[in-house]
Amino acid sequence: MQFKGTAHRYGRDIDTDVIIPARYLNTSDPAELAKHCLEDLDVEFVNKVAPGDIIVADENFGCGSSREHAPIAIKAAGVDVVIAKSFARIFYRNSINTGLAIMECPEAVDAISAGDVVSVDADAGVITDETTGQVFQAQPFPPFIREIIEAGGLINRTKQKMN
Amino acid sequence: MARPMTMAEKILAAHAGLEEVEPGQLIECDLDLVLSNDVTAPIAIREFNKIGVDKVFDPEKIALVPDHYVPNKDIKSAEQAKIVRDFAHEQGITHYYEVGCMGVEHALLPEQGVVGAGDLIIGADSHTCTYGALGAFATGVGSTDAGVGYATGKAWFKVPESLLFKIEGELAPGVTGKDVILHIIGMIGVDGALYQAMEFSGSAIRNMDMDERMSISNMAIEAGGKAGLIEVDDVTRAYMDGRVEKPYTEYHSDPDAEYAKVYEINAADIQPTVAFPHLPSNTRPAAESRDVVIDQAVIGSCTNGRIVDMRQAAEVLRGRKVHPNVRCIVIPATQQVYRQCIEEGLMDVFLDANCAVSTPTCGPCLGGYMGILAAGERAIATTNRNFVGRMGDPTSEVYLASPAVAAASAVLGHIGLPQDLDEQE
Ligand code: SF4
Repeated sequence: MQFKGTAHRYGRDIDTDVIIPARYLNTSDPAELAKHCLEDLDVEFVNKVAPGDIIVADENFGCGSSREHAPIAIKAAGVDVVIAKSFARIFYRNSINTGLAIMECPEAVDAISAGDVVSVDADAGVITDETTGQVFQAQPFPPFIREIIEAGGLINRTKQKMN
Repeated sequence: MARPMTMAEKILAAHAGLEEVEPGQLIECDLDLVLSNDVTAPIAIREFNKIGVDKVFDPEKIALVPDHYVPNKDIKSAEQAKIVRDFAHEQGITHYYEVGCMGVEHALLPEQGVVGAGDLIIGADSHTCTYGALGAFATGVGSTDAGVGYATGKAWFKVPESLLFKIEGELAPGVTGKDVILHIIGMIGVDGALYQAMEFSGSAIRNMDMDERMSISNMAIEAGGKAGLIEVDDVTRAYMDGRVEKPYTEYHSDPDAEYAKVYEINAADIQPTVAFPHLPSNTRPAAESRDVVIDQAVIGSCTNGRIVDMRQAAEVLRGRKVHPNVRCIVIPATQQVYRQCIEEGLMDVFLDANCAVSTPTCGPCLGGYMGILAAGERAIATTNRNFVGRMGDPTSEVYLASPAVAAASAVLGHIGLPQDLDEQE
């Protein structure tokens, strides 16, 4: 999978409450959730994000609650990939299961600035900052997790196995 | 002989049908329980329906607890709760709890004997780690994992490394399980146990009742932990006796099991602790937090809404009045706790003190309803998260503390300790 978009840069411990505040959890409609994505952190985010954009953040991205509304809101807002130094584990699972591409790569996070155009080759784990020309290698996924991603998420994999 | 293992590794190995497992290994396990609530179940049900099977794997091994926005907060929440109710009835789910029987899930399921030692549990709610206090491996997942769990009774896991926290000695009077876990999170940070299982042991834990142990395991996730386990002992057995009807299995860590890190903590060093906005790791001793003026106090939640918590709060509030500038909201976490509050006379204490007492609900804990904060307002809460906007307006603030500190603060009008009240009087 190949992605290319503008980087939106955030800090560490971006929690699921700021990704999608609980006051909007009385719905699970992706389009509705997308309207409020990250609003308590950056009210401008939903206005400036363009389809295909990339979020770049420091450690522990997605910490807090298990709400799958968080990766759903990010994806529905138009973001294809999140690159972080590390992810909170439930968010990590949820992203793999729901098909939001995520990459762990501390070097890339340190080097990429907000507004840089970044391209990602998710299969090879290669991240390129097109603005500066720097290239980074992210952690590749273990085979078991690749299997889920390649099946198109956990539901599809389960479907294949059960039917 | 299998390699020496921690209790977390033993539970995972047993449920994967393996002799032994080691950290980093990816395994598929059989589940004893799949939990979800009115926020996460609607998505889980949607995902379950996509798989194309008609029936859940076992209607007795699924728990559906509408607790976040029920009794229904608004029309949208009513629709969510209805999706869960219809599914529960259609599938004949045994552990579905309607309003009137319902409680905050992580207080309710242990109380009702639905979870027991040695169980492997996933819950589409991050505080599922609470059941570690009973010697279960219980972890939060997303709705897709839960939906797949409904269909297959299985989930994938990466075997985590374990961290051992040994808390030895006696806790000072007034220091509770909540203070212990806030102290630990303050020490290791909100990602201090990321991808790892936490295990709590030592004499201070052994001397603690189940309710306080559950407060500790409950907040393992606030350090990024995958689970928060406590060894089964006589206190656990006494709690499970007469509640847990199915057979349960005790798993004990081998003495030579490998831990990624061992933390030795002197119980006497732990003080009543408050977590300042906007992270649970931003801790300070309550004694150094007296300049924080508050507008609201919330006593309840899956962290501190059990009977022991209610007693601790009532002890402080007895014969006193909540400060005129403070709204004090008390939410017993289950119907049983609610009834016990009445029977033990705690309800009179709360009402005499001018507290608002609510039927069980998550309500204000996640900024749902029943106590939302206006811009710039401050609350002290016995809940577990103080992220930006957690209890209302993004400029409001939440301070996390024990029931005793929250109750004392409600009377004082600012953060403080129960002993400050004696001095004042
Ligand atoms: S009480 Fe709060 S933390 Fe616990 S389950 Fe409810 S919303 Fe989540």
